[in-house]
Amino acid sequence: MRNLLAPLVFFVTLALAPVVQAQVFEPESFTLDNGLQVVVVPNDRAPILTHMVWYRVGSADEPVGQSGIAHFLEHLMFKGTDKVEPGEFSRLVAREGGQDNAYTSYDFTAYFQTIASDRLDMVMELEADRMTGLLLEESEVNPERDVVLEERRSRVDNEPSSQLSEMVSAALYLHHPYGRPIIGWEDEIRQLDADIALDFYETWYAPNNAILIVAGDTTVEEVRRLAETHYGDIPERAVPERQRVEEPRQWASRRVELADTQVGQPSVSISYLAPSYNTALGDSSDATPYALQVLDELMGGRTGRLYQELVVNQEIAAGASAGYRANSLDLSEFSISVTPRKGDDLAKAEAALRAEITGLLEDGVSEQEVEQARQRLMDSVAYAQDSVSGPAHFIGRALTTGQDLKDIEAWPDRIGEVTAEEVEAAAELVFDPNRSVTGVLKSEPTS
Amino acid sequence: MMARFRSLPQLVSTLLLGLLLCLATPLAARAMDIQKVVSPGGIEAWLVEDHSNPVLAVEFAFRGGSATDPEGKEGLAGLTAALLDEGAGELDSTAFQEALDNRSIRMSFNTSRDRFSGSLMTLTRNRDEAFDYLRMALTEPRFDDSAVQRLKSQYQVMQARRLQDPQSLAWNGLYRLLFPDHPYGRPSEGTPESIGAVEVADMRAFLENQLARERLYIAATGDITPKELGELLDETFGSLPEEGTATEVPDTTPHSAGGVAVVEREQPQSVVAFGQPGMARDDPDFFAAYIVNYILGGGSFASRLNEEIRQERGLVYSVSTGLNTMDHAAVLTGGLATQNARVAESLAVLRAEWQRLAEEGPTEEELANAKSYVTGAFARQLNSSDSIASVLLSIQMDNLGIDYIDRRTEEIDAVSMEDVRRVASALLQPEALSFVVVGQPEGVESDLVLPPRE
Repeated sequence: MRNLLAPLVFFVTLALAPVVQAQVFEPESFTLDNGLQVVVVPNDRAPILTHMVWYRVGSADEPVGQSGIAHFLEHLMFKGTDKVEPGEFSRLVAREGGQDNAYTSYDFTAYFQTIASDRLDMVMELEADRMTGLLLEESEVNPERDVVLEERRSRVDNEPSSQLSEMVSAALYLHHPYGRPIIGWEDEIRQLDADIALDFYETWYAPNNAILIVAGDTTVEEVRRLAETHYGDIPERAVPERQRVEEPRQWASRRVELADTQVGQPSVSISYLAPSYNTALGDSSDATPYALQVLDELMGGRTGRLYQELVVNQEIAAGASAGYRANSLDLSEFSISVTPRKGDDLAKAEAALRAEITGLLEDGVSEQEVEQARQRLMDSVAYAQDSVSGPAHFIGRALTTGQDLKDIEAWPDRIGEVTAEEVEAAAELVFDPNRSVTGVLKSEPTS
Repeated sequence: MMARFRSLPQLVSTLLLGLLLCLATPLAARAMDIQKVVSPGGIEAWLVEDHSNPVLAVEFAFRGGSATDPEGKEGLAGLTAALLDEGAGELDSTAFQEALDNRSIRMSFNTSRDRFSGSLMTLTRNRDEAFDYLRMALTEPRFDDSAVQRLKSQYQVMQARRLQDPQSLAWNGLYRLLFPDHPYGRPSEGTPESIGAVEVADMRAFLENQLARERLYIAATGDITPKELGELLDETFGSLPEEGTATEVPDTTPHSAGGVAVVEREQPQSVVAFGQPGMARDDPDFFAAYIVNYILGGGSFASRLNEEIRQERGLVYSVSTGLNTMDHAAVLTGGLATQNARVAESLAVLRAEWQRLAEEGPTEEELANAKSYVTGAFARQLNSSDSIASVLLSIQMDNLGIDYIDRRTEEIDAVSMEDVRRVASALLQPEALSFVVVGQPEGVESDLVLPPRE
């Protein structure tokens, strides 16, 4: 996620609207006998729906030496079963005017189709079919590996800022697999094959390790009936516990620098380890992730502290931002960054960015800015519920990273309770230099 | 997050435009009641009322965009748009932004080659204030010196980045090749020099000439009644002049001699943008051309180019094409990226597919699938209030008529195999394809020289 431009946009949208209040979306949930959890978010504003299957497995669950297999398998899931020819899945969905795609992250792999609501039966049949019947031919697997290598070239090899992001992650996590790129290391991608993919598939892809979400123009009765028909007969299987190593105590700040003639826009970012909803850090409490979202809101954005101070008042930066996401199975990150104005000193911008942290830790935050940040976050609920498909993506991420529907429901209340003292305590906890990596992207003059 | 498919960034807008132009089903028409609202003062807007959520989205645009920028001041329209919400009336930049932010009002202004557009999203409880801030931005922008300097510096940083971004280099290069003597070939975002040359007087003159009601189109979706909207339209847009004196942009025909321009750049993967003349939106054959494009490269996973170049050979992560219908020219463009060693092979397959579809046309099955996709895909655009408003705005600006959604399926169904064969044969011209390849492609002859950036 961190290193990817296009999907970043997608996630930024969700991050700005972390908003899904169950009483607002009125999701209904039930579980089939085989353990498949089903969530329905009815919304009849347009005759469309989004059908998603989420698996509770991602790149952080990969065996050592097989980085990239979660994502490679995601690509191979479109290569057919004994009932569906390679590529036919997408053709069938397209023929009905639908859109299908999939994405992989550290903690989950998600497949979705957005389509006319009277085609739910069809997409469920297709998605259920590939939950068990994947067939992989060499003639399909080999070109797809090349596709993934091209994807890696596009995203990373051609993009110095992504190369730096890869190094920042690798440095931020000394031990935890979040330090490995989701797409995998190039040499290990080259070693992946059908057997490794099928092994991973057979280990993790099972109804009892999946969540089915349907958002849009449907009813819980319809979803229940169709889900029973298509998914109900898939047998439950033993799925291993997700074994994640813990990040050890970190003793020192780290700094990674990348200088390249192809960097057009130099920048500095500082990434700090942070607690998530699901995983504490130091003496963080259940309230800390909520306080960090308020902190993110009052630091980042157009009217936030960083932009106002570095860009508007001091006039040394062209841009400044903050970023935090509370949804993560293990630890998360809080990051801040600055882009100097053209010709301005990168070191000066970095010093000004650090001074903001120091100032915040010394002087605290005002009641007023906390109040305004809370209000904006709570207002974002209405915008999030305005989208038909958005809630499906949000709920899936929450449920695969340790939250339940009640947590989602309680989000506005929890945000509304955050106090200035909690924000200050959260800042104190998270802005620990010893748990940070500074990433510097420099433009090297052509000789 | 890694996704299985990603459109090239520059293509997204082209493809979206195509979709917006072309999407509708009877199903959607039933679900969506479009009302034409005319304010007491005579300002027209299209509205889809929806009171299920306390949110309102407004999309509007004035005809005329960056293509009207004077020579030497490229970027004028874009910079002006960026400065409208940087202080207005009594409020300086920070005060204005805080006023919006603290009411969760989302306002933005944008330009394309042919449009100067704006978006407003607000919660019902702040609706009147939201429209008032919009009025201030449109009619009383301040252009304070500190804001102007800040925005100029942001533009210049962005340009420095674009100059090092292979995608931007390829796509800017392609439009320079396709439109060597027309404003469409100029960088709409300007250059550091041209941005530096823009003065506040230029921006004020631009607004005076451009923001005229005769060129204004408005669409709204969400929690508002026609009467309420009518009153707010007058308060917001009523003081704009009826007419302006915007620069006329001439109609033009894109370069069609074809060829390849290589932009040497040290990188492992070459980024390729390609294009040829396209099909105007008001051409009676537009839907036939849209179907041809869908079969060729517009349908992401299902297209011929995707099957042959990605699935069959593993040459690329993504390849796609789109019809870009601008007000004064139309092009068919596309993009792909592949390792340097396989650029020649990729371009050969691409040209062969271009040729094959031109000569043989599609199969009956391809045509049926394409028609089914194009008719069925419309409803997906109705995902949120702002996307519905965007669809309404596009239909207005393309002069398709308020009954377009009802007619659309019929018009698509009426496209025959004969139409598609004829249009494919006339439209797809492999020899007319211009390519810009950024990278170190092996075995690719560069026979075109890119016109210099202005």
